[in-house]
Amino acid sequence: MADNPNPDIDLPEAAAPAAKPKRRGIKRRIFLAGSALVVGGGIFGVWWTDSSVKARGNALIGGDGKPAFGSVMTIAEDDTVTVFSPHIDFGQGSHTALAQMLADELDANWGKVTIEQAPADLAFANASLAKGFLPTMTGDFVAGLLPDAVIGMMARSMPLMITGGSSAIRFTGEIAMRRTGAAVRAALIAEAADRLGVPESELTTADSVVTHAKSGKSLRYGELAAGAAERSLSSDPVLKTRDQWKLIGKGVERRDIPSKVDGSAVYGIDFTLPEMRVATIAAAPVRGGKLESVDEAPALAVKGVEKVIKLPDAVVVVGSGYWPATKGLQALAPKFSDGGHAAVSTPAIYAAQAKLIAGGKADNEGGSGDVDGAFKAAGVKMVEAEYRVPFLHHAMMEPFALTGHFKDGKLTIWGGLQDPLSTRAKAAKAIGLEMEDVTFVPMIMGGGFGRRFPDIVEIIDQIALVAKQVPYPVKLVWSREQEVTHGSYRPQSLAKLSASLKDGAITAMRIDYAQSGNAEGEVPFIYNLPATSRRHFAYQSNQIDGPWRSVNATQLGFYTESFMDELALAAGEDPYKFRRKHLAEGSRYLKVLDEVAKRSGWDTPLPEGVGRGIAIVESFDTIVAEVVEATLKEDGSPKVLRAFAVVDCGTTVNPLNAEAQIAGGLIMGLSSAIGEAVTLDKGAVVQSNYSDYPILKLADAPPAVDVHFLDSGAKTGGIGEPGLPPATPALANALASLTGKRIRNLPILTQAKA
Amino acid sequence: MAIAFSVNGKPVSVEADADTPLLWALRDDLGLTGTKFGCGIAACGACSVHVDGNLTRSCSVPVSEVAGKAVTTIEGLKAADGTLHKVQQAWIAAQVPQCGYCQSGQIMAAVALIEKVGTPSDAQIDEAMTNICRCGTYPRIRKAVLAATSAAAAVPAAAQTGDA
Repeated sequence: MADNPNPDIDLPEAAAPAAKPKRRGIKRRIFLAGSALVVGGGIFGVWWTDSSVKARGNALIGGDGKPAFGSVMTIAEDDTVTVFSPHIDFGQGSHTALAQMLADELDANWGKVTIEQAPADLAFANASLAKGFLPTMTGDFVAGLLPDAVIGMMARSMPLMITGGSSAIRFTGEIAMRRTGAAVRAALIAEAADRLGVPESELTTADSVVTHAKSGKSLRYGELAAGAAERSLSSDPVLKTRDQWKLIGKGVERRDIPSKVDGSAVYGIDFTLPEMRVATIAAAPVRGGKLESVDEAPALAVKGVEKVIKLPDAVVVVGSGYWPATKGLQALAPKFSDGGHAAVSTPAIYAAQAKLIAGGKADNEGGSGDVDGAFKAAGVKMVEAEYRVPFLHHAMMEPFALTGHFKDGKLTIWGGLQDPLSTRAKAAKAIGLEMEDVTFVPMIMGGGFGRRFPDIVEIIDQIALVAKQVPYPVKLVWSREQEVTHGSYRPQSLAKLSASLKDGAITAMRIDYAQSGNAEGEVPFIYNLPATSRRHFAYQSNQIDGPWRSVNATQLGFYTESFMDELALAAGEDPYKFRRKHLAEGSRYLKVLDEVAKRSGWDTPLPEGVGRGIAIVESFDTIVAEVVEATLKEDGSPKVLRAFAVVDCGTTVNPLNAEAQIAGGLIMGLSSAIGEAVTLDKGAVVQSNYSDYPILKLADAPPAVDVHFLDSGAKTGGIGEPGLPPATPALANALASLTGKRIRNLPILTQAKA
Repeated sequence: MAIAFSVNGKPVSVEADADTPLLWALRDDLGLTGTKFGCGIAACGACSVHVDGNLTRSCSVPVSEVAGKAVTTIEGLKAADGTLHKVQQAWIAAQVPQCGYCQSGQIMAAVALIEKVGTPSDAQIDEAMTNICRCGTYPRIRKAVLAATSAAAAVPAAAQTGDA
């Protein structure tokens, strides 16, 4: 248990660190497999042992004849089990999957399991964890758990109730949900044994009923719940083995879908209150700029406009509805400063990044072996390439919208964000309140993709500041233009890759990349090479860089997997077979790669005008290989005809939903590759709406995505993000094989026009 | 000014400026929030409704233009007894939505397409289904549109997932 950073917390057996993975090539400098489980175990341990927190949580979700257990679930008299998810669900389907995991261990009747969002209360975070656990972790230890960007936010925004890093299933589900289900089942059995006067060993459970076969007697969970809730829950319950699972691994339908097809689901933007007003906002076009002046009169002259509010870097118009507020805003001519960023532009950023790399002073470095020596060795063939990727916008379909009501010195906020607790903390700080004086009511979200981490969400501060100035509830809605021009983008990045080849094999590889965040420790390098070096050169523009679905694995996957094809070409070898010989024999990587080649018919001939590309990327402990077949339309833009994905996420909890997540990630990866770019001119974002930030549409998406899961039984990986990264290089590789022209700058369409 | 039209078979009257987009009359004045705001420039289709049976992006149509006309929104698709429209049923069977925000508009577009052409071909689906879905649900949207128009009952998505 040497990796347990807090010896005061007893870790459950399953939290013992796994054997250290043996890797060559660029080493993961952190102990990824072990650290994730230790942290998960820590959450669980604290959760169980802090009885005051547990009692508070139970009080919040239980009552009215619904005994609560572990501040995770309740059982009603009619056997209805309600699971409270600490994670929000913005479309990734984790609510249903988390409930599946709990219900399976509980032996609950799935037809009577319901899922609710846990309240935004400290009881559902891990206050003790946040206060005592995280700060003791070393950088390297933490780095393996979640992307740096997320870790930074966690550290700043404790306590913890975050959704991100593809963490719901692999941490909360594996550790908390399954154990809670198993522990409550044990308590129900103990209660039944006492009531029936029989040994526990003679009792069985199924479909929310405890049965004593010998006597033919049985008791429903609903009958046992009150008594069972008085019992202490085991912190180390016996979990089912894989062969005993009934719900885990089953493609059950998602519970949230019916309300999303009849229009009844209420998203944050749909929320209303009596007397509520609607506001909209224009912030300084250049990030870092301030509001210098604005004549309020033209807005106030618009019918329905009630108030103009000046914020340090924005102007807000409050009206009777969104349209009057918008018209009011459009009538204004606010003057903003540029914050000294007038020289910032997309070409200037690339130039600065290239200069940083040329300077050779890296901020972070990973890898092993003598790369320089290998490059200088006699008889090697050197291959070099420079790649560029732009800022990317999340483009979630629901624009930001939060409703706030400030009354009697307290603030209530309604809306959808990825971390309910740090939302409260951030809003409180913005207007000088204590966190206890801010209530947050989490609501359904129209997408997120990394955009809704409170730390990078300015609308939280804005709604607090606006609500404090008006006596009525107010809903602040961002226009799409505000959304596109004020994102927290996937960083613009430039990379120089170089490698030496000898006898058709790579002897050394170097990847130098310049961007804001360090990806070392986050994105594993999967190939077995004698010498590797990956160096990060830190560059920060005036933009807010944020996690974008699958975070740094998007650009690093694109660089590495495009370059592997370039190397295969230089070596005169097939890209699939070339990858094969650089992956460890018998590894999960090789199995995934072989399977996608097999399913896609890699060696079969293609119709004329069609190219085929392959790529494999690991992110969030899940390995995904993809093959796409693409053609070029008459206008020169690519169209993907067929797509294949093979996934090893250890265990697939809900294949029906996981398939959708992988296919959706793949399509988002294609979309970003083909047309998406946020560019800067004079410090401001050039794009403004979906008209110039094009999202892939149905006609250009593959008609179907063949998704296949290899349930290797390895540690459970994420599913929301890992489908994305291989799609971009797979498409670029397909087009290069078709046209002979390598795509090194994204998006593809920009080059087609150039 | 008061503008009268019908929504989902019921007569309504809204007090709004003539240039108010139909979308905001529906959402802010009539409380019908199933129709979503996505872009405001008719680029994404999240606000799609039917006006006299024609597919319309409601963010870019002034409410004054629908005076006297019949508007159908996502809330009006189901039958009087609450039975979901066959397209909505197909959407559930194929487990289409992820975040779900664009799906009202997608369903309205699909219903309009099916009412127009009966059983659409893949090419007709490509041409008609131009609404943006950031979650990338397009393969299941296509599957649901085809299932809704096939004689056979929509096959549950679970049965179609070979690996399930």
